[in-house]
Amino acid sequence: MDFLKGTGVTLRVTFIGLLLGMALGLPLALMRTYGSKPVSKFAETYIALFRGTPLMVQLFLIYFGLPDFGITLERLTAACISLGLNSAAYQAEYFRGAFTSIGLGQMMAARALGMSKIKAIFYIIIPQALRLVVPGWANEAIGMLRASSVIFLIAILDVMGVGKVLSGRYFTPMASYSAVAIIYVILVLSMGWGLNKLENSLRIPGLQVELRK
Amino acid sequence: MNNQPVIACQDIHKKFGQTEVLKGVSFDVFNSEVIVIIGPSGTGKSTLLRCLNLLTIPDQGKVWLEGEEITAPKVDINVVRQKMGMVFQDFNLFSHLTAIDNINVGLEKVCHFKKNEANEKALMHLNQVGLVDKKDLYPGQLSGGQQQRVAIARALAMDPVVMLFDEPTSALDPELIGEVLIVMKNLAKSGMTMIMVSHELGFAREVSNRIIFMENGVIGEQGSPEKLFTNPQNARTAQFLHKINELYGSTEEEQIAGKDVL
Repeated sequence: MDFLKGTGVTLRVTFIGLLLGMALGLPLALMRTYGSKPVSKFAETYIALFRGTPLMVQLFLIYFGLPDFGITLERLTAACISLGLNSAAYQAEYFRGAFTSIGLGQMMAARALGMSKIKAIFYIIIPQALRLVVPGWANEAIGMLRASSVIFLIAILDVMGVGKVLSGRYFTPMASYSAVAIIYVILVLSMGWGLNKLENSLRIPGLQVELRK
Repeated sequence: MNNQPVIACQDIHKKFGQTEVLKGVSFDVFNSEVIVIIGPSGTGKSTLLRCLNLLTIPDQGKVWLEGEEITAPKVDINVVRQKMGMVFQDFNLFSHLTAIDNINVGLEKVCHFKKNEANEKALMHLNQVGLVDKKDLYPGQLSGGQQQRVAIARALAMDPVVMLFDEPTSALDPELIGEVLIVMKNLAKSGMTMIMVSHELGFAREVSNRIIFMENGVIGEQGSPEKLFTNPQNARTAQFLHKINELYGSTEEEQIAGKDVL
């Protein structure tokens, strides 16, 4: 048990959480933007619930609460699921923003060619949305990396968990938690750098906001 | 060739909220006719056009394409729309695709062409609008006039029986309007059935077979360009045409003056 192993746990859980969040979040955003009234309402409710409650509470409900209903999850599983369900709500809103900013005209042009709604969404809207969503998604990714620290509360040895154990063992809270902080900073900066590279590689010539004006 | 209209609509009504924009519009368009719809803003011209390919669903009324009623319940509107090409005021090119892929995507994903067949056809249509050399550029790298010409090529590639133009030149700089109108003129000459909402009266006068003047959600008057320009029946028609001529005159002068200042 050391910070290296802890970092590994943090990264793994963050990665799975983000992936799960995207797998759920993108369909949720589609439901919100293009779904019928009941479908849209369902998505809206999900998003409101998971954004309206603290991640910690969601984690505890899933890990400590579900066993009451006979669903006992292993620590890491519970952590990944909680992070995933939570991230889905935030990612859904980022994707929805991307869909909205694409504008009605693209959908109209696609439908005018004879594309079904589904084809239009798949071939025209989503490819553009994936590029537009990168800044927001990067924000969520970095947020998730930091928010994942909450999983130490269910005795997972992520970076924060390791820090807490070391602090207790050697009576060095300042040193231990500073180390935790530094590790997070390094992780966040690296992730930010990587996502920036991704955003640049996805840029469509001639399109999109030149923020550096 | 039977005398069945290519596209026909009857008693189209459309309300947006409390405002009734279309109050009962009916007309026929025959093969190779070029129709220009003119009128003051807000009279529902664009709405009417979008009702023809059901991008806007009319509250009341029917639309026929080549004799088939497309407003009937069991119609697959996606199949119908392949036969109607639409060109928008804001071009609406797919910004993540190059010029040629903008045309390819419809051919491949809707008409199920193979990649090389689609590419060949796309090149032909790009050539038709004079933009083969720009085929690998993205819409963001093209001027407005070029984007609109690609949009026209994209619509033509689907081999429609009628082309619908919703103010195709209204969003263009005056210098760029010409190149688009040339494409449209050639299209008309080739016999395409065209319905256009436009303020380009010069074009209407020169190229159209019939002008429809819309006012207050209904057709105020329709007839050949000569008739409407020289001897309109409706006083409002005369007033509108006169005002537009005036307006266009002063606008041109203002623009020339503006250019000197800049």
